[in-house]
Amino acid sequence: MRVPILKQGDCVIASIQSALTDEDLYQLRDDLSHLLGKYRSKGVIVDVTVLDVMDSFATRTVRDLAQMARLRGAETVIVGIQPEVAFAMVQLGLELGNVATSLDLEEALALLQV
Amino acid sequence: MNRDDLDHAVRAIRIASDVDIVEARTAVRSLASEVGFAGTDLVMIATAVSEIARNIVEYAKRGQVICSVVQTTSHRGLEIVARDEGPGIADVSQAMQDGYSSASGLGLGLPGSRRMMDEFLVDTKPGRGTTITMRKWLP
Repeated sequence: MRVPILKQGDCVIASIQSALTDEDLYQLRDDLSHLLGKYRSKGVIVDVTVLDVMDSFATRTVRDLAQMARLRGAETVIVGIQPEVAFAMVQLGLELGNVATSLDLEEALALLQV
Repeated sequence: MNRDDLDHAVRAIRIASDVDIVEARTAVRSLASEVGFAGTDLVMIATAVSEIARNIVEYAKRGQVICSVVQTTSHRGLEIVARDEGPGIADVSQAMQDGYSSASGLGLGLPGSRRMMDEFLVDTKPGRGTTITMRKWLP
């Protein structure tokens, strides 16, 4: 299922609606990369609130998309990682590197100052 | 589902593509929830299944994940068996180390899944496939 992406000021916001396959995650990464060029966005927000699993593949893809965005002049904030998901990610040894995170959209927008 | 039915509940998921990975973790998660797992345990079980199922797609192309309820005299839990007839793992102790990956992965799948489950067994022979058996017991 394709993730809907909204433009909000200088930001693009991807709001994940359901569990994503690997292919869906690649699509999201590519869509975001394309749209932030089109809109000249300075910020990317990915809302993962509904995800009940962030496995190694999902984490790596999110990290990659944030890195790609940074190379294209935009900062990324990952929003809404659930506490149980965060716990499992730590058990698995997963890290988001220097990608910013926040608990909700409001805080993400404040972080990006857009 | 009543308790007797649950004792014999089995879910089998054929794994052949990335879509099946989502299918497998959803099916296992739902059975785990019926058995009584909740919160963090549910997420860890689903995440371990995701990692193991992805290994099948990545290395063996196809295989299956079978999930069933296990019951001892004192404990109840969930057993997940992931089986494939792929290339097998040449060096299991190496594959169980954090950061080791022979493909494009992060190399956290096997060791990470072991940390999230209570029991974790790998049965593999080069050229003969891999069977991973993981169990998690209800607290």
